[in-house]
Amino acid sequence: MAANMSLKKNEMPSQDPNVRNKNFLEVALGYTEEQALDEAARCLNCKKPLCVEGCPVNVQIPAFIAKIREQDYEGAYQCIHETSSLPAVCGRVCPQETQCEQRCVRGKKGDPVGIGRLERFVADWHNSHTCEVPPRPASNGHKVAIIGSGPAGLTCAGDLARLGYDVTVFEALHVAGGVLVYGIPEFRLPKSIVQKEVDGLKDMGVKFEMNMVVGRVVSIDELMEEYGFEAVFVGSGAGLPMFMHIPGENLCGVYSANEFLTRINLMKAYREGSDTPLMDLRGKTVAVVGGGNVAMDAARCSKRLGAEVYVVYRRGMEELPARKEEVEHAIEEGVIFKTLHNPVSIQGNENGYVSGMTCIQMELGEPDASGRRRPVEIKGSEFELPVDCVIMALGTSPNPLIKNTTPGLEVNRKGGIVVNEDGLTSHPGVYAGGDAVTGAATVILAMGAGKLGAKSIHESLSAK
Amino acid sequence: MYRIVTKKVLTPTLVLIEIEAPMIAKKAEPGQFIILRVDEDGERIPITIHDFDREKGTVSIIYQIVGATTEKLSHKEEGDYLQDFVGPLGNATEMPGCKKVAVVGGGVGTAIAFPVAKKLHQNGVHVDLIVGFRNKDVVVLEDEFRNASTNFYIGTDDGSYVRKALVTELLEEQIQAGADYDAVFCVGPMMMMKFVCKVTEKYNIPTIVSMSPIMVDGTGMCGCCRLTLNEPDGPVTKFACVDGPDFDGFKVDWDESVKRSRMYGEWERRKHEETCNLFKKEVK
Repeated sequence: MAANMSLKKNEMPSQDPNVRNKNFLEVALGYTEEQALDEAARCLNCKKPLCVEGCPVNVQIPAFIAKIREQDYEGAYQCIHETSSLPAVCGRVCPQETQCEQRCVRGKKGDPVGIGRLERFVADWHNSHTCEVPPRPASNGHKVAIIGSGPAGLTCAGDLARLGYDVTVFEALHVAGGVLVYGIPEFRLPKSIVQKEVDGLKDMGVKFEMNMVVGRVVSIDELMEEYGFEAVFVGSGAGLPMFMHIPGENLCGVYSANEFLTRINLMKAYREGSDTPLMDLRGKTVAVVGGGNVAMDAARCSKRLGAEVYVVYRRGMEELPARKEEVEHAIEEGVIFKTLHNPVSIQGNENGYVSGMTCIQMELGEPDASGRRRPVEIKGSEFELPVDCVIMALGTSPNPLIKNTTPGLEVNRKGGIVVNEDGLTSHPGVYAGGDAVTGAATVILAMGAGKLGAKSIHESLSAK
Repeated sequence: MYRIVTKKVLTPTLVLIEIEAPMIAKKAEPGQFIILRVDEDGERIPITIHDFDREKGTVSIIYQIVGATTEKLSHKEEGDYLQDFVGPLGNATEMPGCKKVAVVGGGVGTAIAFPVAKKLHQNGVHVDLIVGFRNKDVVVLEDEFRNASTNFYIGTDDGSYVRKALVTELLEEQIQAGADYDAVFCVGPMMMMKFVCKVTEKYNIPTIVSMSPIMVDGTGMCGCCRLTLNEPDGPVTKFACVDGPDFDGFKVDWDESVKRSRMYGEWERRKHEETCNLFKKEVK
């Protein structure tokens, strides 16, 4: 088949912005077979595929796209699945524009190949066409415990189960999936997809123990000494939300993004009749503070709950750390960006509820240590933004629970677990990865860390 | 799923249930709490542990029927199952080095005061247990309290049982009578704790309070349970689920915590009414 030399990616069919900003159904609808074939034909099948180097888990991108061209979609899925446990998830939430697609040669002139969209197509095709359960790998008799069922934990569990390990995943919440279920909203990642991935692991023999807060009900040392786990992988994720420590931050109606999103995604507070309360945002005004993916998720959820929404971010539009597509979607849905603004204080009424937020305008100064231009306050530019609800999306600091209950587990200044290049912690037999190590990052980086953990655990235990 | 082994209706709005949860029972300590969900779509609510039996593998809690979730919970009987039961969460109550303490409980908070008093008493600490109830009809667990303390003092708001006295008055009487407490542990409604601290602050008696703010995950993730401690260097944000639930009562910003605890008050009342109506319809 001749290459498709169109400079444009096939557009992703999506719900109309003015319809989707009132519902929680998935925004992007996925390529049709025709669109997928057309997009696959844009891949030049480079001898030295740079896209693969851009992928934290080294998905063999040209190979799977070649399978699409042959209309062997199951083959394409198997090709991705060799290195990635969660294709349907990654196809939806990976920041492709800074990874695989950034390196694609087609991107030098025109759009890169829509790798993420093709990955999603393949994964969705597999999920709706393949129902046969792959045979369980033969057991090698080694027991491994995984703490946390987010992207790092699920990936590590999947890789080890494929190698025949007896894997048990311990999850603190009542549902498996970690940030994939409590953090990322339904309209970006339907929970049925996460459930399918979890079910797939169960089919491979992975056991899931819910409601297990490791560090409280059982310690890591007990898992190893009393329960016979030979290695432990800690993928306990991000921890406590950060706040700005400005006046008024504990008023009613100031949420951390973690709390706001957990109420909506995990506890389904957006549904009529939900048992979990959430502030009624219909006709209200919300300010989301921050510029990352979590801020976009919180802003877009607020919009769907009927609010007028501002994103307040201290740098400019160019500096927003969120995935480009999320920012575009948020703008299309009517979220208003107040960039180069920083909150100074939050005002409340006599009952302790938020009534406004004072912001100061910023300008960009000299580049700071991160290489980004440092935002500087413009003196005297304060003004009050009338809002009813403020959502702080400023990142998280690691949960202290595991550190405090695991003697010999070293953490860094910020509380992140210290690991070596193999993902091994200072505690023998205990590996770690994902946000618990790095602080808040992306799903795919956590998956990469889960893969590394699995590889190192395998090398260590198979040498025994 | 977690089985209800026994259920005791203590008063029309106060219920004790004993839950089969061997791993939690093995680790539970006084002052810690659990999070439960009644059913598949249920809310996560934190409830402090009332008692535990390591051998039997059970954990007991006492809850007050105030909202939709506790209403639904009250319709679960012995042999029924709870969807989720997580714990033990939070830090255990620690009162190191204390030889003589007052444990003060009010209302449903007395359910939490009990295990703390019991443990201290068992460890040879002199425990004056001071409890207060609204009226005669809601007095519970009197025998248990007596057995878990050196001296037991009880008062009711309206004088319908023993004597008309608030816990603050009972406590201050003992202090003035020369009870030289090393520390006070206090648990109950926020307003009660605030005023107990006002009393103990006068006499400079260190006071630990057990906070029960609104929570969602309860494991150190959402930040809903935050409160402010007024430290010498300025206000500091703490999270009750991982830093607490016990805090230095003299430092807590009570007014803020009271307001935060009322965040969903109106919603809760409406939801409770709806749930009650649903159950009434079912009965018909």
